[in-house]
Amino acid sequence: MELVRGEEMFSHMLPEFIVERREDRCIRCRVCERQCAFEVHKYDKELDMVFSDEKKCVGCQRCAVLCPTDALVIRPHPGEYRRNANWTRERIQDLKKQAETGGVILTGSGNDKPYRIYWDHIVLNASQVTNPSIDPLREPMELRTFLGRKPDALELRFNGGDYEDVEVATELYPNVMIETPMVFSAMSYGAISYQAFKSLAMAASEYGTLFNTGEGGLPKELRKYGKNAIVQCASGRFGVDPEYLNCAAVVEIKIGQGAKPGIGGHLPGEKVTLPISVTRMIPEGTDALSPAPQHDIYSIEDLSMLIYALKEATNYETPVSVKIAAVHNVAAIASGMVRAGADIIAIDGLRGGTGAAPKIIRDNVGIPIELALAAVDRRLREEGIRNKCSILVAGGFRCSADVVKAIALGADAVYIGTPALVAMGCTLCQKCYTGKCNWGICTQDPYLSRRLNPEIASKRLVNLLRGWSLEIKEMLGGMGINAVESLRGNREHLRGVGLEDWELEVLGIKGAGE
Amino acid sequence: MEYSIGGLRDMFLGNVRRLEDILSYANISDDIAEIDASRLVHKEINDLMQYCALQGVRKIVLRGVCGQRYLGTRLYFPNPRPRLEIEIHGHPGNDLGAFLDGHRIVVHGNAQDGVGNTMDGGEILVHGRAGDVVAMSMRGGRILIRDDVGYRTAIHMKEYKDKVPVLVVGGTAQDFFGEYMAGGRVVLLGLNLGNKPHRARYIGTGMHGGIMFIRGKVEKWQLGKEVGIVDMEREDWKLLEKHVGDFCEIFGFKRDEVLGGDFLKLKPMTKRPYGKVYAY
Repeated sequence: MELVRGEEMFSHMLPEFIVERREDRCIRCRVCERQCAFEVHKYDKELDMVFSDEKKCVGCQRCAVLCPTDALVIRPHPGEYRRNANWTRERIQDLKKQAETGGVILTGSGNDKPYRIYWDHIVLNASQVTNPSIDPLREPMELRTFLGRKPDALELRFNGGDYEDVEVATELYPNVMIETPMVFSAMSYGAISYQAFKSLAMAASEYGTLFNTGEGGLPKELRKYGKNAIVQCASGRFGVDPEYLNCAAVVEIKIGQGAKPGIGGHLPGEKVTLPISVTRMIPEGTDALSPAPQHDIYSIEDLSMLIYALKEATNYETPVSVKIAAVHNVAAIASGMVRAGADIIAIDGLRGGTGAAPKIIRDNVGIPIELALAAVDRRLREEGIRNKCSILVAGGFRCSADVVKAIALGADAVYIGTPALVAMGCTLCQKCYTGKCNWGICTQDPYLSRRLNPEIASKRLVNLLRGWSLEIKEMLGGMGINAVESLRGNREHLRGVGLEDWELEVLGIKGAGE
Repeated sequence: MEYSIGGLRDMFLGNVRRLEDILSYANISDDIAEIDASRLVHKEINDLMQYCALQGVRKIVLRGVCGQRYLGTRLYFPNPRPRLEIEIHGHPGNDLGAFLDGHRIVVHGNAQDGVGNTMDGGEILVHGRAGDVVAMSMRGGRILIRDDVGYRTAIHMKEYKDKVPVLVVGGTAQDFFGEYMAGGRVVLLGLNLGNKPHRARYIGTGMHGGIMFIRGKVEKWQLGKEVGIVDMEREDWKLLEKHVGDFCEIFGFKRDEVLGGDFLKLKPMTKRPYGKVYAY
């Protein structure tokens, strides 16, 4: 059936934003016009005026920030439907959009619905009287983290009787050292611009942590950043060749993503430009379709097969990570993953970001990362296999306190995606899927992506990591802990506020005051 | 290294021996090595093959292979890049030649699931049949299978620029043949069918790149809705003459008889099968 598309109808949609131009300040420099890929602003030569088509505005604030005279204010459109707790403005707008297009509504970035954010109901401990706190500015404070499988026991060999010449007799599994318990989340070249991708690689390399290639491959000239890269092997197997696997610090099998558990990804053909086509190894202009499942993985046994295929392909020198979305039986699945041979398990929660996902999936599928993490950590401990993997968690980490709380709930390290994007310029307008990102991050348009200078953007990212790391040290010191290792799974340092009994039970923490 | 985890057989890595303890299984003379694989697990075989390659061996003969996985996967040598010839006698296990980096594998026996999984280049010949997901995400090189293949063959095969993988299957295939195919050339000959039709359903469902050639009877309902039947062109016959010609020579079929059959050429109707699903 041929659909009648929106272009042929009069649109019933209300504008999302209002553009207020203070005429006394506007100098007709036309910066706003040039900066907006959504073509909101238009200069009329005859009238010497700049007009704004508010229906096109996505509220990314690019024009407001760059306006040299601060003449622009962009804010949510005050026009409202009749107030209705059930039929909110968003619901009505979505209905109208679907009536006009007949399609699946797309969105970008993470779930924006008011699900309970458990981090905001968990408070941290500090030392008072009975044990001393530590001042991280004066005393050594260890944030260094090792990702990978740890042995069940460590056997030491003493050479000679003086206890000075000691060596580790146990053969160790491959581990990757990171200087701070934060790594950049998977964002593919294709989803984000070359400049943004390179900025992440440069920042990870400078700070001594990792970035994640996502499943779009790693351009040849960036393979020098391989030792700071987690490379993904996902259902589309884009850009996977033996060199790609062997240049990396970690190989990650992507099963799912927090923003869209259970579904695949479609990078639309118009975004598959020549450089993207070479990196992904597909013809130019073709949709890059990532199937929903990996078609060689229908069971834990099959997962094990791919894990060991990757270990074989990388000479057993690289830890293999398996990334899943946090879903209902996440603890049992995680146990299976560890038994299948995963050295790192990565779990992406309900609020995880995306470059493009059906809104209905993003907003309704999956479980919060806090509960998933606590359940997985507890299950692996109960089964005596927690040491066999590192746990990486992702999905909505907003500040260093979230990171500290996650580590106390059992995480080894945290994936940060949205904070990194915001550090580079993102304002969470959620229009990543349009490919028109005015900040040059989520676009393949060279006119837009040129706006992001990797030298400067990587500096912003390094600053972010540095700031958060300093804060983490302060929080650790306050608790009287001098190594992040001592906080790992240390739930005694957490208390719940305003949580139900079942929530405290799943999180494995006491209520405040207990 | 202790590989066992309570409750899982852990990919047969329970009692892997060190390389020095298994060297006697390899018999190296000049640049040829013969390995008795009958008492080795997959990691031991690949350890030995890697060792042999680094010793300058260019041809490896594996005897008594029975179900060992990932044969040929650990032969990535960045510089220089030797090209090995691996002859396998017996029945290799799953993921034969996964991520294969340009080597040539000849199997005298049947292969299992995942032959040439995400293979990058080289060649795999199977004098027998193969299981499911043959040539999954294959991006370069050539696979020739004499007899039948299982489900989901050539799923998500790819190509770019001059890197175009080729798969020729002598027998028939099961459902989802060429599903999600994004590139490459796949030929299904149906040589063992006689006058019977192919049985596969959902052929080329989700296909958005590459070309499939099917010899023998296929009804329209067996095809996925994303593929269309198009006319054969001169280049197509040239391609078939080369690869089917080689196939016939290697496996002993009559070239003219095989190429004289009716070929159906299938191509995706669009490079963007799901472009209209979304509301922007």
